[in-house]
Amino acid sequence: MTASTPYAQVLRHASLPWLLAVVFVTAAPHALHQPVWLVTAAAGVLAAVLWQWRRGYKVTQPWLKILLVSGGLVGILLHYRPLIDYEAGIALLILMLALKLLELKSRRDAVIVVTLAHFLLLTHFFYSQSIVTAAWLVLGLLVVIAALVRLYEDPERPGVALLVHASRLLVQAMPFMVLLYLFFPRINGPLWGLPQEKLIARTGLTDSINPGSIAELAMNDEIAFRVQFHNQVPLPRQLYWRGPVMGFYDGMAWRGGYSVNIPPELERRGNPIIYTLTLEPHNQNWILAMEMTPRPPEVEDGMRMRINNAGVLTSFQPITSRKRFTFASYPDYRLDAQASTTMRRTNLQLPRGLNPRASALAKGWLGETRDPRQLANRAVAWFRQGGFRYTLEPQVLGQHAVDDFLFETRGGFCEHYASAFVWLMRAAGVPARIVAGYHGGEFNAGYFVVRQSDAHAWAEIWVENEGWLRVDPTAAVPPEMTDESVRNLAAATQSDDWLIALRNRWEAIGNHWNQWVLGYNPAQQYDFLSALGLRKPTWRSLSAVLIMSMTLCLLLLVAWVFRPGRETDPARRIWRQACRRLEKYGIVCPPWESPHALSRRLETEAPHVAPAVRRLATLVCAARYGNGNPPANAVLRAALKSV
Amino acid sequence: MSSILTSMRQRWLRRIRVPHPCAGTIRLHPRRVYIFPTYAGLFYTLTIFAMFLVSINYNLALGHALVFLLFSLGLVGMLHTCRNLLGLEIDALENMPLHAGETAHFCLRVRNTRARPRPGLEWSGGSHPEPQVMHLAPEADTILRIAVVTKHRGWLALPILKVSSRYPLGILLTWAYVWPDARCLVYPHPRFTPLPDAVESDGGEGVASGRDGHDDFAGLRERQPADSLRHVAWRIAARETNNARPLLVKCFSGGATRQLWLDWRMTEGYAELRVSTLTGWVLMAEEEGLEYGLRLPGLEIPLDRGTSHRHVCLQALALFREMA
Repeated sequence: MTASTPYAQVLRHASLPWLLAVVFVTAAPHALHQPVWLVTAAAGVLAAVLWQWRRGYKVTQPWLKILLVSGGLVGILLHYRPLIDYEAGIALLILMLALKLLELKSRRDAVIVVTLAHFLLLTHFFYSQSIVTAAWLVLGLLVVIAALVRLYEDPERPGVALLVHASRLLVQAMPFMVLLYLFFPRINGPLWGLPQEKLIARTGLTDSINPGSIAELAMNDEIAFRVQFHNQVPLPRQLYWRGPVMGFYDGMAWRGGYSVNIPPELERRGNPIIYTLTLEPHNQNWILAMEMTPRPPEVEDGMRMRINNAGVLTSFQPITSRKRFTFASYPDYRLDAQASTTMRRTNLQLPRGLNPRASALAKGWLGETRDPRQLANRAVAWFRQGGFRYTLEPQVLGQHAVDDFLFETRGGFCEHYASAFVWLMRAAGVPARIVAGYHGGEFNAGYFVVRQSDAHAWAEIWVENEGWLRVDPTAAVPPEMTDESVRNLAAATQSDDWLIALRNRWEAIGNHWNQWVLGYNPAQQYDFLSALGLRKPTWRSLSAVLIMSMTLCLLLLVAWVFRPGRETDPARRIWRQACRRLEKYGIVCPPWESPHALSRRLETEAPHVAPAVRRLATLVCAARYGNGNPPANAVLRAALKSV
Repeated sequence: MSSILTSMRQRWLRRIRVPHPCAGTIRLHPRRVYIFPTYAGLFYTLTIFAMFLVSINYNLALGHALVFLLFSLGLVGMLHTCRNLLGLEIDALENMPLHAGETAHFCLRVRNTRARPRPGLEWSGGSHPEPQVMHLAPEADTILRIAVVTKHRGWLALPILKVSSRYPLGILLTWAYVWPDARCLVYPHPRFTPLPDAVESDGGEGVASGRDGHDDFAGLRERQPADSLRHVAWRIAARETNNARPLLVKCFSGGATRQLWLDWRMTEGYAELRVSTLTGWVLMAEEEGLEYGLRLPGLEIPLDRGTSHRHVCLQALALFREMA
């Protein structure tokens, strides 16, 4: 094989380090996700080839190759039991790419390495599509192109020149990429099977609430969603983002209760607030709309959604990619004013024999009033005056969790308060339930950021003719009773203002990136083209726009690439200028005539210019052919002027 | 797969008009530069397509961007590939005559007038099976030597040459046919047989005295490459301890220069054999320092000697056509 490889196609020694760099750049970030043995093996192969390259590269023995390939295959097979996982595919790609380095003979082998590396570049987007990833991959692509250029380039050319040329190619390709990105008719995925869900196992709300489940999120700075308000910004007390509603309590945890997938009976008052919500994937079905959304559009951003009679908006499929929804919410509303008996009854259930003291406390209030609102006020006042603390590190609660909280520990996070409050209400005969979601948000460069640390739990009580009313018992805790742990957390995040500002700035950029680059889907494409004036863009008109703009761009590039080259030698450039000047006066200056020959000829043909031409000719010849000190360009230019 | 691409390329080639040799400087202009994807390009396209499907399926926004970028890169690469050949200038240079059976080296000057290098030019054509790779620096020229093994005497025209390039990305092959109007004289293959001893005189004056006659020694001069080794003053050369000085040859003069007519009729055999014999004789006669003339049917070259005379004789032999 080696013998039959034509000389022109033999892989040059100088190409090898570039191929190593290609494999390194494209495979290295996968070290975070791939099994350790594979990463070690690939790194070992790279190091071995590097060592070999310095001592004289030789193709590895076939038996060793077979051993390595079969070993790697068995390893992947064992590690990724069901092989349908795409991570197995990535592992396979890395293995093949690394082992291909052991048998580089001809240019063709190098081409295979580089082309597979292109594919490997793509796989990083499975994990992250952030700006940082994109920047790293552009750098990676630069190395990949430079390696490709190296195969056909003069072996003497330095590596920097290759990188410069590769970046030139990349820069020239950019406008076409932008046009394609904007105008190429987009297809909604997936084409075959859904992406694996384990990919997006993210933190966030869970479908049950037990003591500590939300406190866990308090430390989490990740962004849950972003909101951009279109007509008006709501008041802070209206910023409740509704997640799962829970009505069933087993003494420890709250879970989903009775609900029907029919739109709630919602009486809207006032003007709606219109906003766009960009939800980060959380692998659950909740779409955390602001309270309170009436019937949502059936499909938005490729997600089918529904709303249940508790007013919880959910998607049919788990949200596994970033989604954008535009909603209208009515902060002033009346929900389910005429609740069914079933609804009321299920929201009065309490497990028997638990929390006797709490139940007794609530029943004691019944003597004073039977009005649900006043009962709720009573409970809130109990929290406010009872010396309750707001802490991230509550003590462990026993079997009678609510009793322990209300009478012993008196410290907890929002889920403790909401849970105790609902218990008290139910014990007093007021239908009540827990709502989990997010509260608040942080304003940053034109949009609201809601983080996981904004996760919250609050309560709702049902009042005849008024429907479900929101009560946030956590708000009853006086701020001075906030525990040190919470204040520390707040202090930690507030301490460095410029760091916060930097983070906010970075996140604002990230938001724009998400909104405009990553969020560019068929729907957005449609909107964009409509804004451009393309009425009802179809794939036909899209293709027409695409082809026309690409052609225009290509023509511009052709004009640029084939622009007439500048004369690099200054003396010759000046001589040519002189010739052009002379030709204006009708003196023919053929290119083959040397400066001296021309000046001699002019002595008879045009004696009036001959001395100036002779002087310039002498200078030009001295600059181009003379040894010693060539005349300065300024002298030449002065001589040119006299011509 | 490979046969499909090959047949497509051939069909494409058939549409291209057959070029003819061009005199003067050849400058590659767009009409004679062609471009076609290579197997690497096919592989590249398939990979991009697979990447596109993956991007759609997993809804990877940046995957789309990468696919579009790679596609655009191919597009831009097309321009750069073409540009590598466009505007290249080729001049044919004079070629030295040689004998049939030797390898002719046609010299072409390849000039890059642009301020950018032109790397990875592959020249194929001639007798060498493998293309020659050339990397042209900016505004530079290089001499390209095309080796052609000669078989027959006469004029040897430079075969059509193909210059191709895959630079920069290797996914496209651009090529052009270059056919400079260059030719090279191929003398007949010499057949060395003893020179004829007795030569018929023509007109009676100055009959050659035969091979064993001696002329007057006239002196020494520096040896030229064409001088016979027999005339080298070996004794003087042996006296020289250092080899710095060139060899000297003995010069003969005097009225009795030996003359020899090399006549077609003195040879036997079929025509090519006779031409070869005469060629051998011309070479030997020149080497021996004889004055010789050549008589071919319908052609007579008078007595003379020297390199240019030898060339005239050999050219006559090279281009000789026996009348039927």
